Amino acid sequence: MKKVLLTCCAALLLSLGNSYAKTLRLAYQGDLKSLDPYSVSETFALSMAGASYEGLVRRGENFAMEPALAESWEIIDPKHWRFHLRKGVTFHNGAPFTADDVLFSAERVRADGSDLKYRIPKEAEFIKIDDHTVDVMLPEANPILHYQWAGWYIMSKSWAEEHDAATPSPANADTPSYAALHENGTGPFMVESHQPGVKTVWKPFAAWWDKPKHNLDEVVLTTVSSDPTRVAALLSGQVDWIAPVPEQDIERINASGNAQVLQSPDLRTMYLGFDQVSDTLKYANVEGKNPFKDARVRRAVYQAIDIDGIIAKILRGAATPAALMIAPQLVNQTEEFKRFPYDPEMSKKLLAKAGYPDGFQVQLDCSNDRYPNDERVCQAVVGMLGRVGIKTTLNAQPKAKYFAKILSSGGYDTSFFMLGWSPAVLDSVDLFTNVLGCRDDKGNGGTMNVGGYCNPKIEELREQIRVETDKEKRDALIRQAWQISMVEDVAYAPLYQGGLAWGVAKNVHVKQRADGDIVFQTATID
Amino acid sequence: MLAFIVRRMIQAAIVLLTVALIAFVMFRFVGDPVNQIVGIETTAADRAEMRETLGLNDPVIIQFGRFVGRMARFDFGMSYQFRQPVSELFAERLPATLELAVISMVLAVGVGIPMGVFSALYRDSLSAKLMQVLSLVGISLPTFLIGILLIYVFSVQLGWLPSYGRGETVTIGGWSTGLLTGSGLLALIMPSVTLGLFQMTLIMRLVRAEMMEVLRTDYIKFAHARGLPDRVVHFGHALKNTLVPVITVVGLELGSVIAFAIITETVFQWPGMGLLFLQAVQNADIPIMAGYLMLIGVLFVIINLAVDLLYAAVDPRIKTTASAG
Repeated sequence: MKKVLLTCCAALLLSLGNSYAKTLRLAYQGDLKSLDPYSVSETFALSMAGASYEGLVRRGENFAMEPALAESWEIIDPKHWRFHLRKGVTFHNGAPFTADDVLFSAERVRADGSDLKYRIPKEAEFIKIDDHTVDVMLPEANPILHYQWAGWYIMSKSWAEEHDAATPSPANADTPSYAALHENGTGPFMVESHQPGVKTVWKPFAAWWDKPKHNLDEVVLTTVSSDPTRVAALLSGQVDWIAPVPEQDIERINASGNAQVLQSPDLRTMYLGFDQVSDTLKYANVEGKNPFKDARVRRAVYQAIDIDGIIAKILRGAATPAALMIAPQLVNQTEEFKRFPYDPEMSKKLLAKAGYPDGFQVQLDCSNDRYPNDERVCQAVVGMLGRVGIKTTLNAQPKAKYFAKILSSGGYDTSFFMLGWSPAVLDSVDLFTNVLGCRDDKGNGGTMNVGGYCNPKIEELREQIRVETDKEKRDALIRQAWQISMVEDVAYAPLYQGGLAWGVAKNVHVKQRADGDIVFQTATID
Repeated sequence: MLAFIVRRMIQAAIVLLTVALIAFVMFRFVGDPVNQIVGIETTAADRAEMRETLGLNDPVIIQFGRFVGRMARFDFGMSYQFRQPVSELFAERLPATLELAVISMVLAVGVGIPMGVFSALYRDSLSAKLMQVLSLVGISLPTFLIGILLIYVFSVQLGWLPSYGRGETVTIGGWSTGLLTGSGLLALIMPSVTLGLFQMTLIMRLVRAEMMEVLRTDYIKFAHARGLPDRVVHFGHALKNTLVPVITVVGLELGSVIAFAIITETVFQWPGMGLLFLQAVQNADIPIMAGYLMLIGVLFVIINLAVDLLYAAVDPRIKTTASAG
């Protein structure tokens, strides 16, 4: 009994100690692998780097472009941009921010070992006009040049060179990279300590140029990979913010009284894809034929899926049906695109018309630890397809094996698969390049176009979209390309926009962004 | 004795080489590390280049030779995920695992032996029967379930104990310890109970069975007849003679507690080797997996050797067979 009392008191003391300083304790499912903002192109790593580093531009609420380290910019002609840099900005080590740092960062992000090479066109040339003006010369017009620059963070040239971190460390390097374990940005938070895969601590940067929107004294990030433990940590008040929340715990957290779940649709679209290249469909019973080359068969699969049922039963309502391959909030006038309705009878008719009145057999490749509930969604798809005569076997694998099989490194070894994609550029052109653009066997072209869909009309439209600077014309072209690829060709069967679910303590206020970025720089604690 | 040790060392080398081979072969099938290192948008050309620089395109036998050579020097390479030397990561994580394992074994032995003795001496009493039932629960419930139950009761409902992590740690000469801070000790309670429960019930059942065996022997009856007090007979004579198998079990179990702390570490997010290993498996981080398997192999070989030597020291009869074998 004495011991129990002692434990009680100790726990009480601990919780009292925490309430004085405003410390935000964040628990995330995965590891923060590296502090180097160019080493992994991953939402979580980039959003954490975004607390310490800043880009020339940033995304405000509702993804609006805002000036950040660039005070303003002008397009002198479509191939010539000018950025006016903010004056009086310093890095965390006290060094002033100048045009040299922008030029250096532009080189570094395109150097070997960088995972963010795609953020700046390879041929773009950066020219220093004076200490606070940088010109960018482009080989071709690019109206969305700066769209992905909110995640291209500016690093200090002198700091990187001093610590031998002038290039991002490639994975095979034999010395640890200084920049992977330390940071020196211009942003609102400085990393105080970083133990990879365990714990990272931030403190506010007092000399930040902008007005802080948070009221925090400290931020502590820990990895808690086990779902029940993460939820328990929130419910017991050991952490203030957890991400993600498993669907089955949403009600429990909301009912607990000391925490709540924030939910919103995110930007990732889940979809089914089809091998449209092979002459004989692999893992199937159709000798010499490939049913998926026929748009009617693809549409039959599409209409056989009861997406509302999947969302209600498996995802517990935490998702919205998708009609396109891109989140509706990223395309203007998306309301004109509707899903093909769920209609198994129609599916059977389409299959019969395509010459498969009795259906056929095929294997569905699926991950089982990459997306929330991925394996269960695939199981449901298998059942629904069975009802229209497509006998599907499920091959669900861990992501490490799954991606090695179905992506370019495995030679796109799949007939039928489920994937998710959120466009890094937040624009349709990303999809028309990576997911709907033609590719060769090696994956040159549309790297993520696993099924090998290829329509010259889409290629043509994409090239027009890339250089079209008139917004209305550009939107019209985008809608036309979606009409062709998703309505006429049924290149993919889109499923749903996944849902974000964060658990947050009642006294903590955070803003949930649809791109899933965890932005603690705007969090407040009562 | 020296010949015995030398022979065991040679055997150990063969065992470790086999472990290395199995580890190497196995890891060729866990997935493409390149996919784990780069993001999803990386182009095919960049991927190919990375395969080349990582040496993944070399013949298998050369890759294996390189692997064994590096292992022998305890150079496990760089982690794909963290871009840090694996040996540094291990050094960072090892104290957490060792502390957890040792505390759970101390708990298991400290509680298991007295419980075993008690339930052997008073085997018809109600509390002995209750212990038997509890020990069945301990043996049959899976570790993760025990962990989650403990978290639910003591963290969520009662709010007494932290649900995850190590609490505050103090670093002494490169060794980070949670044993010297209040929050560190609190954080240690649930994981060590979870991890040690199986071993505790195992030891309890073992001691009970051995004790009941020994209590029937003539020399115990004789000791009673000599009028020695019960305490001396039970602990001085009987318990001492049950300890040979207990030492073996404790030794081997210490190895498995370290090696299989994986589940407990995952449930409690204990920043030890097991958690590191599990995350490495999920991310196909081959250098960490290989290093971990090798390290555990070495550990088991050392523990087995120590147990053999200890065995010979405790029971002179075993010496001859041990040196012959």
